[in-house]
Parts: sequence; structure tokens; C-alpha cells
Amino acid sequence: MKERYSFWNFMVYAALLVAATSFIYPFIWMIGAAFASSHEIGKMTIWPDHPSWGNFRSMMEKIPIGRSLINSILVASLTTSLVLITGSTVGYALAKMRFRGRQLIFYVIIFTMSLPFQITLIPNYITMVNLHLVDTYLALVVPFAVSAFAILMFRQAFQGLPQALIDAARLDGCNEMGIIFRVLWPNIKPTLVTVAILSFIGSWNEVLWPLIVIRNEQLMTMPQLVTLFAVGGRADAQLGVKIAAAVLLALPVMIAFLFFQKHFIQSMASTGLKD
Amino acid sequence: MSRGLTIKKTILPYVLVSPYLVFVMIFVVFPVLFCFFLTFHKWNIISPMQFIGVDNYSRLIHDRLFWKAIGNTLKFLLLHIPLQIAVSLFLAQLLNQKIRAISFFRASFFLPVIVSGVVVTILWQQLFGYDSGMINRMLSAIGLPKAGWLVNPDIAIYSIAVMATWKNVGLYVILFLVGLQTVPPQYYEAAKLEGASPWQRFYHITLPMINPTIFLVVVLSTIGGFSLFIEPYIMTGGGPMNQTLSAVLYIYKQAFQYYNMGYSATLGFFYAFLIMTVVILQKRLIEKEE
Repeated sequence: MKERYSFWNFMVYAALLVAATSFIYPFIWMIGAAFASSHEIGKMTIWPDHPSWGNFRSMMEKIPIGRSLINSILVASLTTSLVLITGSTVGYALAKMRFRGRQLIFYVIIFTMSLPFQITLIPNYITMVNLHLVDTYLALVVPFAVSAFAILMFRQAFQGLPQALIDAARLDGCNEMGIIFRVLWPNIKPTLVTVAILSFIGSWNEVLWPLIVIRNEQLMTMPQLVTLFAVGGRADAQLGVKIAAAVLLALPVMIAFLFFQKHFIQSMASTGLKD
Repeated sequence: MSRGLTIKKTILPYVLVSPYLVFVMIFVVFPVLFCFFLTFHKWNIISPMQFIGVDNYSRLIHDRLFWKAIGNTLKFLLLHIPLQIAVSLFLAQLLNQKIRAISFFRASFFLPVIVSGVVVTILWQQLFGYDSGMINRMLSAIGLPKAGWLVNPDIAIYSIAVMATWKNVGLYVILFLVGLQTVPPQYYEAAKLEGASPWQRFYHITLPMINPTIFLVVVLSTIGGFSLFIEPYIMTGGGPMNQTLSAVLYIYKQAFQYYNMGYSATLGFFYAFLIMTVVILQKRLIEKEE
């Protein structure tokens, strides 16, 4: 009986290891390939015999990758800050205040969340054209500055806080903004982390919208620049250069994931679990 | 003073929700109405709009490429959804016991989820390569024939479905794991005492209990599949022979390659309705089974 148990255990670990390898190995191979020369790249070995920075160098000559990294950081940070602020104020009003139309707004939020983006894609582009926002950072930030999901998350978090906390702060002469950002925010840190991670990653990985509203290479975010580099002729069909660009695009998120793994997983899982 | 205060009190909530109201007017209500308006017009953004009645709609009905794109999406989902559920449920079952290094396994499954789809696509483009791709090299090494993963029109869309499954499966492992942990262990113990086999326990206890999670996975995968864009955009450009053309890629091309704003708005409008209908039907179907 004992023996059968350990055999079964061995099988479970073997299966898990095979699965884990199939998810990790391609990324490790990719990093190795970024340092490989063009004739070494087809090999399945993890690390090239003669590693060099050649692929990275020729990519940097061809596209403003450093600039795009700064653009991505700027756009994702700005979007995330706005989502946190607007999500909190709207979520607070819905959770802790009684006013006419509160339920209606709540249902509108639920409805807009289930509306497919394909219907608003073309008109939103035209709005950007009419507001003269094409080829500006604002075009990448404003359409994502308010998130229905963030509002619902904050609403739920604020509902769980006692009214006494708000009343006490009000007696101390705190205004509504002070209550939200100085009194309540420290009490809902997990929600803040979740919303921040999701909107940062969402903004960082967004590629369809930038492809539509940004034409100026200097303003492109990293995923857009790398995409256009990969499909356009500029990589000269040099696989190593393409892969080097992909590595640079993946690296910031992978490093963040290494440190905040648990928060990432919890946050992403909550998108599916809350409805 | 006190009147001023009450006015302030009645206005305040509206001030606080105003960012959402403004946002929803500009980026949801107006675009939906404008999209509907555009469906009756021909417009290339530069020259003035031209009213053309329902021409866009009749063009859509006869647009073989658009229906092909929808067909491609359905083929994609046909493999993607069952594969996604099978693999993620299997891995979640393995993790749902006393496992050492569980956080390592969870994190490794999750890695492709957080990495940009652009990276995953560039990576898999190499894996799927015909001559130098890693998968074909492995097949050759064990004496099997090479496959044209992305160049064979019959299988290209399924190759993309496999890649998409690989990218997303980690998220669904976590969702299923949460679902599996809600099943009370007493149920399994009672069934064991009654002499139920592991398979019977899985079929009669686990499956019904995690039905809501399965529904969630089906809906999320469906929406994801209907939004397929960057993968064919980078990998195949919609080819070979338009077999991997996705509806979003087609809408994008109509709008930003041919500047048919009215027609692409019509496609987007129709397509959004199609997605909502499919999701509602799935919900009905699964609720009925309960």
C-alpha cells in the first residue's frame, strides 16, 4: 500500500515537472537565442557557444527601443494612477452615499463591462481624430483612465469598511477627498494592489489600440514598436534580432513577476472570480 | 450656511461619480450611437460622409471573407475551449493535494499569462517554423515527418489555438484550483465509503460542484477567441489563404488599410452583437443543465 502511494506520488510530480518545463523552457531558450549568432540560433541548446550582444546592438540601431521603454512606463504609470483615483471616488460614492440614480449607475457599469470592445473601436478612433489626440500620449491614457472593473472592486472594498471610520474622520474636519485617500486607502491595500497590478499589466501589454492611434515612432509603446519591427521588413528576417526585441519586451514584466508573484496571481484570478 | 451645506451634500455624490459619467458618455454611449449611425454611411474620414442606406449590411451578408473570418474563429474555439478546460482542470487536480513546491509550479504555469501576447507570438513563430522550428526539429529527431504548422492552410488556425491555450492555461488552473477547494472533503469521504471509484467521484461530485468555474472558463475563452488579433497579425497576417484571418484583424484591415470606416463600423457593430448573443446562449445552456 505504501509503495503504491509513493509510485502515484512520483507520477504526479513527473507530470507537474513536464508541464512546468513546457511553460518555462521556451522562455529560457528565447533568452539564449537572443544572444546567439544567426547560424547558431536553430540549435536547441539553451545557451549559445559564442554569445554576443550583436542582436541587441543591431536592434537598437534600427528602432528607438529605449525611448519606447520610457513611453511604456510613462503610459502605464499614468493610466494606473488615474484608474486608482477615479475608481476610488466613484466606488466610494456608490458604496457609502445615498443619492438618486445610484442603482442605475451601478447597472450601467455592469452593462458596459459586458459590452464587447469591437463596437466602440472604430468610433473611439474617430473621437481621437476629432479631439486631435492622434499621436499624443493622451490618446494612450485617456480611453483607459476609468475602469468599470476598478470601480466595482473599490465599491466592494469600501462597503466592507465600517461607517464609524468615515464619521470619525468627518468629525475631525476631514473633507471627502481626505477621507477617501488618507483614511480609507490604508485600509484597503489588497484592493489597491490588485487594481494597480491589473491596470498596469493591461496598459503595458495593450497593442491593438496603440497600433491604431500612434504613427510616430518616437511615441510608440514597447509592444507596438516590437510588433511593427517583427512584421515589417526592418528585422531583415533576422530571427535573432526579432527575438532580442521580444526578450526586452518580456523582461520588465518577468522581473516584476519574480518579486510579486503571489500578488500577480491573486490579482489576475480575481478578474475571473468577481462578476 | 446650513442650506449651503445641504446643497453641497446633495451635489457631492454626483461630483464624485462625474468622472465615470463623463467617461461613459464619451467612450461608451457616444461611440455605440455613432457606430450605429456609421453603419448607414460610406466614409473614408477625409471626404464628407455619404448616406448609403443599408448597403453596408447587404455587403456584410455577402462578404465571404468576413464569414470566413467568423468560421476561422469558430474553428479556433472548437479546439481552444475543450483543450483549455481539459489541460487546466488536469493540472489543477494535480495541484489540489499536498504538493511540495506548489508555488513554483503555479508560478511557472502562470508565466505566459502575464507576458505580452507579442512576445508569446514571436516565440511561437520560431517554435512553429517549418525548417528550423523547434517542434519540427524534435519531430525529425524521433523520426516523424515535419508539419507545416503555420503554412499548411488546414492546420494553421489550430496551431494558433494551441499557442493561445499555452498562453492562457495558467490563469484557468488557478480558477479551477479555487473552484476545487470549495468542494467539501466530506462529500468525497462519504462517496468513498459507498465504494465510488475515483472516476465516479470526479464525475458525480467534482464536475457538478465546479460547474460555475467551467462556465466562467468557457465564457472567458469565448470572449478571448472572438478578440483574436495580435497572434494572426504577427504570425501569418491572416494567411495562408485567409485561413487564420480573424474577425478583429479583418475589421482592423477594413478600417486602417482600406479606410472603409462605415463598413468596418458595420462589421464591428454586427460582431459585437454576435459575441453577446453567443455568451447569453452559453449562459442559458449551462444554467439549464444545472
